[in-house]
Amino acid sequence: MAVERIPILRMGKCLLVTIQVDMYDQLAITLQNDLSRAIAAQETNCVLLDISALEIVDSFIGRMLANTAAIGRILGAETVVVGMQPAVAITLVELGLSLRGIHTALDVERGMALVERAAAARA
Amino acid sequence: MNPAVFVAKESFFPLGSDADVLAARRGVREWARDIGLTTLDSTKVVTATSELARNAVVHGGGGVMCLQVVRQADRQGLRASFRDHGPGIPEIELAMKDGYTTGGGMGIGLPGARRLVNDFHVSSTPGVGTCITIVRWRA
Repeated sequence: MAVERIPILRMGKCLLVTIQVDMYDQLAITLQNDLSRAIAAQETNCVLLDISALEIVDSFIGRMLANTAAIGRILGAETVVVGMQPAVAITLVELGLSLRGIHTALDVERGMALVERAAAARA
Repeated sequence: MNPAVFVAKESFFPLGSDADVLAARRGVREWARDIGLTTLDSTKVVTATSELARNAVVHGGGGVMCLQVVRQADRQGLRASFRDHGPGIPEIELAMKDGYTTGGGMGIGLPGARRLVNDFHVSSTPGVGTCITIVRWRA
């Protein structure tokens, strides 16, 4: 399989990642590494991960989301996962992953407002 | 005695790589839609498929998924069997516990997948392989 990459967009001090393809393990690992590098390379205080197009989040993808948030926090950025479909949320909890410690929001706009408040509280 | 289960449709998916796991997931999603599973039930069975297909690739050294549409009396469902020829699971009761892992993962794959389906059956012989079968009935 060719090496795919998920684009990381910069908006001010924020990184926006919109996942629009089916996730598989290698792609999740690549994204986690790319994001960690992008956060560290430039002044970043927030990461918005839009997963509204994801039809499932399994334990591996869930762990990637949690790891990314944890790495981001250490590097000074808050991560917000936005747009999770209700069926995905219910399935994740039944699977046994509650994603504690991850900020979530219904859409990108609300996610943006959330990280701005978090960043203001940090400053 | 339970009514007999009939297989209405069957297809096989190889499990050897990330791409195969994706193809297995897509196959299950498509058939779930065909038989009219709800979005939630479809999401659950596709997620369970992702866990079990990954296990077969990562821990079982590859294998195969057999996907079936099954009928029993007046109900219809999806049945998927994941068979590998890996080292097997020596202690199934332990492997079914939340948080138990030997592979460096989080240990939620097997018990988590079981919670997402209606029927779940594991058979495993050390040195021979593992076969896990799941069924999700249409509500």
